[in-house]
Amino acid sequence: MVAERGELTELRIWEELGRISDPEIPAISLVDLGVIGSVSVDSERARVELLPTFVGCPAIEVMRSEVVERIGQLGLSSRVEVDITFDPPWTSERITPAGREQLRRSGFAPPHLGPSVPSEAAGLDELAILPIAECPYCGSRNTALENPFGPTLCRAIYHCADCRQPFEQMKRV
Amino acid sequence: MTGAPPTLDAATRTALAGLLLSVADDEFVIGFWDSEWTGIAPMLEEDVATSSIAQDEIGHARALYELLADLTGADADAIAFGRDADAFRHAALLNHARGDWAFSVARRYLYETADAVRLEVLARSTHEPLALLAGKMRREETYHLLHANAWLRRLADGAPEGRERLVTSIRTLWPEAHAVFAPVSGEDTLLSSGILPEPLAAQRGAWEGQVRPMLEPIAGSLPEIALDPAGRERRTDDFRWLHGEFTMVSASEEGAVW
Repeated sequence: MVAERGELTELRIWEELGRISDPEIPAISLVDLGVIGSVSVDSERARVELLPTFVGCPAIEVMRSEVVERIGQLGLSSRVEVDITFDPPWTSERITPAGREQLRRSGFAPPHLGPSVPSEAAGLDELAILPIAECPYCGSRNTALENPFGPTLCRAIYHCADCRQPFEQMKRV
Repeated sequence: MTGAPPTLDAATRTALAGLLLSVADDEFVIGFWDSEWTGIAPMLEEDVATSSIAQDEIGHARALYELLADLTGADADAIAFGRDADAFRHAALLNHARGDWAFSVARRYLYETADAVRLEVLARSTHEPLALLAGKMRREETYHLLHANAWLRRLADGAPEGRERLVTSIRTLWPEAHAVFAPVSGEDTLLSSGILPEPLAAQRGAWEGQVRPMLEPIAGSLPEIALDPAGRERRTDDFRWLHGEFTMVSASEEGAVW
């Protein structure tokens, strides 16, 4: 295969990563979820940095093997490497505006914007500190937190008092 | 998880390994105790919550065991599942079986508040992989802290029986909670290199300053505790039982992978 300029290869990798779905929420891509830290290419290797949403996220190995496979199929001359790193840490603010809309359309309230919940929270009440989530189905703000812990590490459970739907929110971290 | 381990002299490496092991074992063991509530918590929401918290803690333990493995050339799974019960170095607070719900709430509150103090310090470590991991863990642990605090208030302000059980548990666990800050071997080396930016004794003081004003109105005056230097070394039959549970698969199927 003809050697490509590194920048062009990086662009092709980003495009392909944009077509790989999150294993737990397939409506959103890895790029829109913000878990791709960086892409770099030299003559020997194409390196992708993955940022786990949560340290214990069991989907991270699924993401890693999916990235290796899909980027491997691009037929690049360099070997594909995926590194998992906390530098920078993934935060919910890394989700792109398009990603927030994709979440909403698949029934997930996007995470609250703004700074992360403070860690010095020993005396605080979870209901006071976690702001209202907007119902992804009807847009109502008349909702209540049912459980800050949900079916996966990154999701909380709410209930909408107007359309009477339970829904999930991707947590702010 | 990424990059080569920084060059550390042998004494620093050994001391850091001891520190990482103590934090990792704490997270691992409390995670397994939490998982004992899966399916039998007092309400469905708490089934989900304790299971999710357990998954977080065991995930944190895994990441810490991997840092340790990078440092010593060992295998993370072998550290987690290949050791005898007596080789674990978690704090004495985590030696007890899960007990009743009030006992678990009291222990979670004591542990989460201590862990928050510790993580704030470790996030400033000069050992970059540890600082990055601790910084990331803090964001997640905030939810645990809120949860522990909400349940402490719920039981303290609720019916007399729940409050009574909570008070008994707080008073039982109080002395052993201090063992989260029990000395680790080589602490001076870790302090001088900035790997541990604050002495464990100072961390203990900061923690007590935070929790006494929360706990004493509920449980009455709590005694001053003389720190037990062996607070991370004694193991109990409760823990031996748990160890048998979490090593069952690796013991019956050598080299089993997830």
